[in-house]
Amino acid sequence: MPTMFEKIWRRHVVAEGPGGQTLLYVDRHLLHDGSPEAFRRLRAAGRTVRRPGELVATADHYVPTGVGSEASANEEIRGMVEALARNSRELGITQFGPGDVRQGIVHVIGPEQGLTQPGIVLVCGDSHTATHGAFGALAFGIGSTEVEHVLATQCLWQRKPKVMRITVNGTRPFGVAAKDVILAIIAKIGAAGGVGHAIEYAGPVIRGMSMEERMTVCNMSIEAGARAGMIAPDETTFAYLEGRPYAPKGAHRDQALALWKAVPSDADAVFDSEASLDAAAIAPTVTWGTSPQDALPISARVPDPAREGDHFRREAMGRALDYMGLRPGTPLSEIAVDRVFIGSCTNSRIEDLRAAAAVARGRRAVVTAWVVPGSGLIKRAAEAEGLHEIFRAAGFEWREPGCSMCIGMNGDTARAGERVASTSNRNFEGRQGKGARTHLMSPAMAAAAAVTGRLTDVRTLVAVRAE
Amino acid sequence: MEPFTTLTATAVPMDLPNIDTDRIIPARFLRKPREAGYQQFFFHDVRFNPDGSENGDFVLNQPPFRQAKILVTAENFGCGSSREGAVWALMHHGIRCVIGPSFGDIFMENCFKNGVLAIVVPAETAAGLRGQLHARPGAPVSVDLERQTVTAPDGTAHPFDVHPFRKQALLKGQDEIAFTMEYAQAIEAHEARRAAEMPWLLSGGGPAA
Repeated sequence: MPTMFEKIWRRHVVAEGPGGQTLLYVDRHLLHDGSPEAFRRLRAAGRTVRRPGELVATADHYVPTGVGSEASANEEIRGMVEALARNSRELGITQFGPGDVRQGIVHVIGPEQGLTQPGIVLVCGDSHTATHGAFGALAFGIGSTEVEHVLATQCLWQRKPKVMRITVNGTRPFGVAAKDVILAIIAKIGAAGGVGHAIEYAGPVIRGMSMEERMTVCNMSIEAGARAGMIAPDETTFAYLEGRPYAPKGAHRDQALALWKAVPSDADAVFDSEASLDAAAIAPTVTWGTSPQDALPISARVPDPAREGDHFRREAMGRALDYMGLRPGTPLSEIAVDRVFIGSCTNSRIEDLRAAAAVARGRRAVVTAWVVPGSGLIKRAAEAEGLHEIFRAAGFEWREPGCSMCIGMNGDTARAGERVASTSNRNFEGRQGKGARTHLMSPAMAAAAAVTGRLTDVRTLVAVRAE
Repeated sequence: MEPFTTLTATAVPMDLPNIDTDRIIPARFLRKPREAGYQQFFFHDVRFNPDGSENGDFVLNQPPFRQAKILVTAENFGCGSSREGAVWALMHHGIRCVIGPSFGDIFMENCFKNGVLAIVVPAETAAGLRGQLHARPGAPVSVDLERQTVTAPDGTAHPFDVHPFRKQALLKGQDEIAFTMEYAQAIEAHEARRAAEMPWLLSGGGPAA
């Protein structure tokens, strides 16, 4: 009867507080270099970290990803990375810092190290924490006051969200990536569609996805307004976790498997709301505006605000088109780009890099194109496969792991007016740099844009190769 | 945390839906120390022109709204990034209360953690309030947390729901960690259960385990 969300929630209730608020236990708290204020306040209040030995920190938001990065030269940016190292050292927290092969984007290294597991409650001071829900964990982002609270108490006061199930039926057509699926979902339910909810993604298309693909889907839950997104753990999940450094081993592994297999929603579970999509109707997708909900198939045209009935939505669309420098009616496939970014917690894993390399292979980038692997281990694995050589031969820049140009806070930014084909998660105004224009898409689509210099249906390139 | 009880102040309308926290505070300012003040970063890239002068078209720069302490928004205000700096910027600018049809979940949580009252009202109520504020720029709105009412410039009192836990915390300006520490025994009991159920998670369950 209970949903997966309900099962995990119940197992983590420490106490029911006043007014129906629940004190929820946190199994895994991941830290990054963006929350020095939480540490500062914890110290100022004379408080200690409750379970330092179970915490893992990594530098990602502010690390330099290339030679001559502003992140290396800028004292303030360097200070953020140094503060994490200092706080971790002084408080007894394990840290993967610059130079450690395990360092990388926090939502990449959690799963990679086996820290992310089914059935746990996982939090991190970052809104893309929903990524970890791909393993059947209840994972959500928190603010820095909440980070401080978890450091001190290992708990959080929460009100129970509603649960929405999104079922993706049918079969994914050739050339349609996990990124296209989640962009289609966000376009359907809207950027506010999941507010107040945890989303469970289900159905044959989700079941058939690899862990990397599931992480891409769950990652962007917050772009649909949902703090958490989750997928039932199955054999794919268990196989992924096998042998990871922090995954249970020996007798613990058997104990864990028994627990993990009981995590999925019961067959008769009832959800607060439901939505469904037919994967056959999904095409390679790009965004045209400044909200992730502004997503359309690559074959479409820039929409016309005049056709929008609601006054404020019309105004928002007009403002978005103005910011993006686009005219209604322009075919999306005729939009020229100035640069390409392949990376971020959405799309920087080994499968993402393989998909991009398959398009780049034997071609030549006609605009500046960066590839930023999600972790040191992914970088090493990609190099063992020779992907870096494919990218370099195609004129792409092969960089060091970090959040890089997804977030516009570490010096890796696009200039005002520059148009970026990006595999990241947000096309907000100024997200990739003040005045920068972002089009979201899959790694294969971004690589296609790099070699043609415009938004391009990757299927046309792959078809050409097949002939 | 500063308590919140009642507030009567100028309210400023923001009509566009889905205003994200990147717009509320661009990421490049998040490395600035909080104690130095975040007010100048509030909506920085829309509030100021590239040369540093004020953008007179932006609502926060218009004379009737410069001293606003209440912000009336459209759907999904504060969506996107979890950055608490968005709330610090809003708060340091002087805003103590946000009223709208829906907010980003994390933004809303961050508001309450910082003593900013976030009030969810039906979309028509929010639109009506914004309409009145456009018609009478600088008109005051009154908020009474104890009685859970928002009084519009036209005198209409709109009731609102607020979670009792959040309400009490705001009314008292409560230190949440100290409050949670009162549950120390329950936390320890949970940790003992957890140690038996998921022993591999203890001490990180790290590579040596």
